[in-house]
Amino acid sequence: MRFLEFDGAGYTLPGGPVLLAAVSFAADPGDTVVVLGRSGAGKSTTLKLVNRLLDPTAGRVLVEGRSTTDWDPIRLRRRTGYAIQEIGLFPHFTVASNVALVPQLEGWPEPRRRARVAELLELVGLDPPTFAERMPSELSGGQRQRVGIARALAADPPLLLLDEPFGALDPVTRSGLRREFQALASRLGKATLFVTHDVAEALFLATTIVLLEHGRVAFAGPPEAFRRSDAAEARAFLEAS
Amino acid sequence: MSAGQMLELIGEHLVLVGASSGIAVGIGLPVGVWLTRRPKAASPVFAVANVFQTIPSLALFGLLIPLPLLGGIGARTAVVALVIYALLPILRNTYTGIRSVDPAAVDAGRGLGMTDRQLLLMVELPLAWGVIIAGIRVAVVVSVGVATIAAAIGAGGLGEPIFRGLSTVNNRLILAGAVPAALMALAFDGLLGLLERRLVHR
Repeated sequence: MRFLEFDGAGYTLPGGPVLLAAVSFAADPGDTVVVLGRSGAGKSTTLKLVNRLLDPTAGRVLVEGRSTTDWDPIRLRRRTGYAIQEIGLFPHFTVASNVALVPQLEGWPEPRRRARVAELLELVGLDPPTFAERMPSELSGGQRQRVGIARALAADPPLLLLDEPFGALDPVTRSGLRREFQALASRLGKATLFVTHDVAEALFLATTIVLLEHGRVAFAGPPEAFRRSDAAEARAFLEAS
Repeated sequence: MSAGQMLELIGEHLVLVGASSGIAVGIGLPVGVWLTRRPKAASPVFAVANVFQTIPSLALFGLLIPLPLLGGIGARTAVVALVIYALLPILRNTYTGIRSVDPAAVDAGRGLGMTDRQLLLMVELPLAWGVIIAGIRVAVVVSVGVATIAAAIGAGGLGEPIFRGLSTVNNRLILAGAVPAALMALAFDGLLGLLERRLVHR
């Protein structure tokens, strides 16, 4: 049994447009599957099929061997870290409360929450005494994205969904965070689904690259195979980089 | 007019405004929240609320009198009319306040496993309070003014000296109703404005 498996999964909007068709791939703990593609290729839709923000209209998505539609959505989501490009920190919560969201929902006692927040802020490179009590509006874009990632990791979920988590950053900060994330990912041993349109980021982070083109898989395989791929969309990405 | 009579009129006026505003919040807030979950229902509901808003207040008081249960002469009919006027700003601000919460925050909250109720109570309402209170503020201030007309259907309040002053061409009597009503409107405006500023985040 694979930890996460897409089994011919597709998603069609009620009006007819096909956002995703017959997508199959799998991921195990320690894997980073990078979902690569142009805008509108179906990358975010792919992630949303995992945590039931959307349900597949064809095929199945299996988490720990069970179809997502058999999971209680709330339970599934609390076991799945989720960070998005727009970050979506709660502006009326401190950094600490934002990070502690899922532990709080799960009813962790306050001392354990506080210890976890300090640990996570440390992990994403933010000094806890300096940042814990700040409001999101007092942070830079890069700091906010770090807080967003800390929030996704808070309850130690075995599965991570990261939708362009470094999207809004300048190239220097971005490559720094990318390096830190890679070190983190290999240490944490989670199954990670990482969406990007940046081929360098994909090649750097991925254990598997899934390249989407108009909602279909144009390539799926390890980064070395991606570099040698003669799929037209893969060549287009490699030549643009 | 004695000070005792004056206080009684002010008291009646406060009851009219307080009861109608309370009922309007009790209806407008939950319905506004419900409309954010059923956006398709929003435009017909707002269309109806808007139509009510356009009925001139004196006409609305008159039109309500013959209705069973809601109507008749007196304070109850006046409260019904005032609720109808207060509803739209509360409904609209609740709806727009919640809809204007950063969709990314709502997405992230949902994606991290918040239930609809948790999202509403922990994220949407706290972020929308400033806008909702602004709607309540408009409703209350308008009610203080419209409630003076309620005296025309025997509901009492500060409209009473105004109407009596009008019919006897007595400016002092008109001012005895109009000045306290204006002060009351200013006081509510100031208090709710203070609350609104305290509740706005960022």
